[in-house]
Amino acid sequence: MGTKHTATLEHEHATHHDHAHDHDEHHETFVSKYIFSMDHKMISRQFLITAVIMACVAMTMSVIFRMQLAWPGEKFAFVNALLGDKWAKDGILDPNMYLALVTIHGTIMVFMVLTGGLSGTFANLLIPYQIGARDMASGFLNMLSYWFFFASSAIMLASCFIEDGPASGGWTIYPPLSALPEAMPGSKLGMTMWLVSMAIFIVSSLLGGLNYIITVINLRTKGMKMTRMPLTVWAFLITAILGVLSFPVLFSCALLLIFDRSMGTSFYLSDIYIGGRPLDNVGGSPILFEHLFWFLGHPEVYIVLLPALGITSEVISTMARKPIFGYRAMIGSMLAIGFLSFIVWGHHMYMTGMNPFLGSVFVFTTLLIAIPSAVKAFNYITTLWKGNVQYTPAMLFSIGLVSSFISGGVTGIILADSALDINVHDTYFVVAHFHIVMGLSAIFGMFAGVYHWFPKMFLRMMNKKLGYLHFWITFIAAYGVFFPQHFLGLAGVPRRYYTNSNFPMFDNLVDINEICTVFAIIGALGQLVFLFNFFYSIFRGDKAPQNPWNSNTLEWTTPVANIHGNWPGKLPVVHRWAYDYSKPGQNEDFVPQTVPLADGEHDGGEH
Amino acid sequence: MKLLVLLAILLLIIAGHQLLRIIELSRGLKKTKEWELTNSDNNTMGKGMLIFMFAFFAFFFWQVVRWKDRALPESASEHGFKIDWLWDVNMNFIVIPVFLITNFFLFWFAYKYRGNTNNKATFFAHSNKLEMLWTIIPAVALAFIIIFGLKYWNEIMDDAKDPNKITIELYAKQFDWSARYTGKDGKLGTTDYRQISGGNSVGLDTNDVLCNDDIIVKDEFHIPIGREIELLMRSRDVIHSAYLPHFRAQMNCVPGLVTAFKFKPVKTTEEMRKDPYVIQMMKGINDQRAKFGKEPVLFDYLLLCNKICGASHYGMQMNIVVESEKDYNAWLAKQATFKKVASK
Repeated sequence: MGTKHTATLEHEHATHHDHAHDHDEHHETFVSKYIFSMDHKMISRQFLITAVIMACVAMTMSVIFRMQLAWPGEKFAFVNALLGDKWAKDGILDPNMYLALVTIHGTIMVFMVLTGGLSGTFANLLIPYQIGARDMASGFLNMLSYWFFFASSAIMLASCFIEDGPASGGWTIYPPLSALPEAMPGSKLGMTMWLVSMAIFIVSSLLGGLNYIITVINLRTKGMKMTRMPLTVWAFLITAILGVLSFPVLFSCALLLIFDRSMGTSFYLSDIYIGGRPLDNVGGSPILFEHLFWFLGHPEVYIVLLPALGITSEVISTMARKPIFGYRAMIGSMLAIGFLSFIVWGHHMYMTGMNPFLGSVFVFTTLLIAIPSAVKAFNYITTLWKGNVQYTPAMLFSIGLVSSFISGGVTGIILADSALDINVHDTYFVVAHFHIVMGLSAIFGMFAGVYHWFPKMFLRMMNKKLGYLHFWITFIAAYGVFFPQHFLGLAGVPRRYYTNSNFPMFDNLVDINEICTVFAIIGALGQLVFLFNFFYSIFRGDKAPQNPWNSNTLEWTTPVANIHGNWPGKLPVVHRWAYDYSKPGQNEDFVPQTVPLADGEHDGGEH
Repeated sequence: MKLLVLLAILLLIIAGHQLLRIIELSRGLKKTKEWELTNSDNNTMGKGMLIFMFAFFAFFFWQVVRWKDRALPESASEHGFKIDWLWDVNMNFIVIPVFLITNFFLFWFAYKYRGNTNNKATFFAHSNKLEMLWTIIPAVALAFIIIFGLKYWNEIMDDAKDPNKITIELYAKQFDWSARYTGKDGKLGTTDYRQISGGNSVGLDTNDVLCNDDIIVKDEFHIPIGREIELLMRSRDVIHSAYLPHFRAQMNCVPGLVTAFKFKPVKTTEEMRKDPYVIQMMKGINDQRAKFGKEPVLFDYLLLCNKICGASHYGMQMNIVVESEKDYNAWLAKQATFKKVASK
């Protein structure tokens, strides 16, 4: 039972393929190996390094606007050095540039870092490795996926250097603000570039997503049943399905906005008087935009979060030396979260003028999501119970993720409740909520992944002590930045205010803003430790052994080398699930998936 | 100056490089690999988790106590009390306990089960009972939240039905607000955005006689205590959001649509100024203003813009004065009607 599998054919096929590769190696040029590579491992590294660079840009932006919020009107030479006299005369940030920074920070973090970077890096690296495939189903589409991502990132960065500044209507780019060049300088060329960049990003995401789905469905090695797949692969699969179903809607949303901007249509515009004249557009509605946007926007939250949860599941189980608690419940929760994420988008719109009855439906569906989320959190905690927890930096970040997932998740209960949302909608309470639950959790998951799979990606080890230092600075600073923001929200501070000192109401909150900013600066400097460790270890880290963490999954059965086809010779055959850690009756505290079941031994957590 | 900074960076890099070489050389002498975990690593990090938990919780309670006079004062509207009650129940009985308890277990287990070469983990892969338990408990808690939440939501968002209501239109544009009163006829005149001009800033339809006695005010608007206020909202250019935090009221202003929100103020501006909590809160504000070298201020209700609307989004607000019906009527009588303003 379970050993028969359709993958046998591909298995045979791939073995032939292998010989061809031995031949190929000699013809590889620099360009085909490092630039237009079709190898999933190289593409994964390309995604990661691009994302790291984009993350640095977005983080620097956040430091600049945090400094403006804590010390409005102060002069900072370094702000002037980065932004120039036009946007920061004498080192005082311009209000338009403030909004631009907030917008581009959000866009880069959500799309380039936590969607493209996180899924792109780890789905590419781990799907073929962990299901026992030679590569992605289509190496060519995979390569295109990266290069579209690169182009999209490049355009987004380039838009920061144009005369009117980049898009600055918030990362949600609600029209008419984003549709009318008269409304703000950022709605001129910057907005066009944002939309072009996003359209290209969607192409990248779809190419990648389709590839991930097809690979998982078709290319599993012999014995790798769906119910034996590591939770990482499940997470990437569900994420890819969400992306494929929701990104096209964002595309149509953006396309209609492009039409409104440049072709005089009125999908989102009606009854507008701006720039000293009434516009001809009538009959459209910005609420249509909001529906289309959030139909992607909410699944997007889980597109960001699920891969991080998948990575964490794997790391926590491996490092606690215990099977993940409730493997099937974890899959079920992810499927439930994935499904529900499509019917909750309206909770972003309680206060938009949407029919309040519609709001009621979304209250119900949104709060339902809390159930699978709670199951996941409790299962993580139970996995630690009676474990033998090994504190690698990856494990620290995974525990950090569970903590932020809880701390940020519980305030979601408040925000999902439309009656309570009335007074905190669009305030710093929301900022605190989503940064903790989505931002921190996802970035912690990403760090966990980098520390854990660095030996597979770069064949060297990262420095452990620097990893520890990086974790503690990041963890403390992250809560230090975002936890106090709940209190700003309770005081009624709206989001996206250039300064809170323009009128008296928020003057007593100056010190809270200062605390947030000081932690933000510490946290940002702490990332230098990571950057150093990362780039240093790529070149000079200790050489990695084959299976440094005594892990069960298939990627650790590959040799310590980046070879085409991943396994020299035949593909491994899978005999058991991925979580036989500390199984009674075994000599070691781990049993790789390739080890056959002994007589009378049960699979899948029974014993 | 820039040259000096560059030189300093260069020196730092050289110093760092040398330091690295020393570390690399000394590491070569050791037998264990740097990345391998030792019992002492696990011990330190496990304890670190526990210490972090205490620090984290201490930080949480410190914020709650220290900033207790920073939150918005008690609701100044009738429905706001329901929101505040529901908020407190949710926060105190669900959100904060779950936050504390689950984080406690997480960090406690992280500490208690920190790795050691002598230990072995327990093989414990699933338990239907446990999983059932933590599916059902959240489900029950959520049922409570949903039932009460929706009950209040439906009441709050229902149409304004009070025959005695006062209808006021809030009109948003980049970057200010105006408020329009019905005037004597009790009806707002129709609007036409094509007629917007210097003398007709909110775009009234001048062909509609109902507009003539409408009263339009800027910077500050007044409402009487104890009457249901129906706010209708429009926008001239982009989406704005009318946020009246003290009244627990908010609604977006969307071009092309008229949106609505109703509330009943229960405290006058004067009463709020005498409220002990508000006095304490205003002291905090005025202490900080003294540090800035700014004038002290009295409490005022505010209407804020809470949807990003352009460069001066942060400066878009309007004062609200809640007063007795008598004062309100006296104030309203002094305001010029649209016709009077237009004929000037």
